[in-house]
Amino acid sequence: MPKKSAGRFFTSGYLILVLLFIYLPILYVMVFSFNDSKSMISFSGFSLRWYESMFENREMLESIYYTLLVALIATVVSTVVGTVAAIGLSKARPLLKNIALELNNLPVLNPDIVTAISLMLLFLSVKIQRSIVTLTLAHITFCIPYVILSVLPKLRQLDDNVAEAALDLGATPVKALTRVIIPQIAPAIFSGALIAFSMSFDDFVISFFTAGVDVQNISMYVYSMKRFNPSVNALSTLIVIAVTLILVLANLIPALRERKDKKEEV
Amino acid sequence: MKSFVRMSYPYLLWIGLFIVAPMFMILLYAVTRSGNGTITFSFTLENFSRFLTDTTFLKVLWTSLRIALITTVFCILIGYPAALFIARLSEKRQTLMILLLTLPMWINMLLKTYAWRGILMNFDLESEVKVFIGMVYDFLPYMIIQIHTAIAKLDPNLLVAAHDLGASNWKAFTKVTLPLSVPGIISGITLVFLPAVSSFVIPKLLGGGNYVLIGNLIETYFLVAGDWNFGSAISLIMALIIILSMYLTKKLDRSDVKEE
Repeated sequence: MPKKSAGRFFTSGYLILVLLFIYLPILYVMVFSFNDSKSMISFSGFSLRWYESMFENREMLESIYYTLLVALIATVVSTVVGTVAAIGLSKARPLLKNIALELNNLPVLNPDIVTAISLMLLFLSVKIQRSIVTLTLAHITFCIPYVILSVLPKLRQLDDNVAEAALDLGATPVKALTRVIIPQIAPAIFSGALIAFSMSFDDFVISFFTAGVDVQNISMYVYSMKRFNPSVNALSTLIVIAVTLILVLANLIPALRERKDKKEEV
Repeated sequence: MKSFVRMSYPYLLWIGLFIVAPMFMILLYAVTRSGNGTITFSFTLENFSRFLTDTTFLKVLWTSLRIALITTVFCILIGYPAALFIARLSEKRQTLMILLLTLPMWINMLLKTYAWRGILMNFDLESEVKVFIGMVYDFLPYMIIQIHTAIAKLDPNLLVAAHDLGASNWKAFTKVTLPLSVPGIISGITLVFLPAVSSFVIPKLLGGGNYVLIGNLIETYFLVAGDWNFGSAISLIMALIIILSMYLTKKLDRSDVKEE
């Protein structure tokens, strides 16, 4: 028996070390975002000055605004286009479907930098000034594939007969779509949208090459910073809190709904 | 139901405009000379021969491959035991561990790398070591999750059978768990090695200005030197290497399955 508990001690110790490694930079910036001085080495006292300076930093606030704006537009457009396309492709002939899916996979499999310069070359060669418009188009382009990859497997599990029955009973195709098909794949659409938002929010490489000089998102702002600025710690802390809340909610909502459904069954 | 197919047409148009046409542009620039007009092209393979005959460029390529390879090896060495130990936990704790590993993946990579820059300022390390720490940090969760998925799928009866037939713990691991988890390692490798080859943010932020990988080279030729033709050729060479290594890893996977 002691041998077994020693083994367990070792395995949980190892896992705790791995978690510590993964959370070290996150905890580190959270602690130092409240530091009184600019130092990243010693903690001299608690203060909110970096949060204040963050809200006084126009360039940083602008980058947050652009990040959120582009992520919202890209999420909405890519979720709609991706879901519609996935439903269409699920009914398409295998040849068309396979070609479309291979091409759909390109932005996922290609290194970001290849996707980035390919889009930049396209915009520059047709003489479109790089701006927030090209940035958003690029984001929509790399977000749609993730929505499709999230929605399509769910569509495959659906029983075609239910939609057929709706059509036979006189439902218009639009009604069959909105009342029968979409409700059944709603969770997959939701997780596709969540992935799209996070991909857009976190992107650096593709934005860097397609945004031009007037617009920058958070990643580009951090990358271009000449000197170390502790306000970034404050920004990171706020983002970590937001991401944690969103993920907890996203995991809680389905669980709560399930519990409610079960209660109603009883 | 057949009429639903039409719903895919807008996206097919989008694919043509924003996926196929841009990739074609890279190809076109890579095989032409700079300064060509919009109508006339002068085709050449100079861009490729320039890269392949210059030892400076080949050295950068070699460094990128070496860094990506070492990053992958470290991710497997650290990640495999972690995945194995997670798979031994109760189901509730497994879900919690996977959630804890997933959470940082949702946080902006640049901000995490910037945090490492702050931490590593306290230590006097070689820039290559700093780059390694940043790279392993960024990719480790992907490796753990891929391997864990493969191990969690294994039928526990296989281990029971191995023990019944007299296998020791170690033998059961090397003869049953390890070979059957190879697909997880392979998909982990594709998620780590391939993006690591083209990574250019981590080397730049953690390695300082003079640490050049192939991603940095592409960036320089596009944004600083303005030589799109050569930049496109470098990206094509990199994409070819990545496709080739993906093909080889897949083949490796298959030959492993055949042995059994």
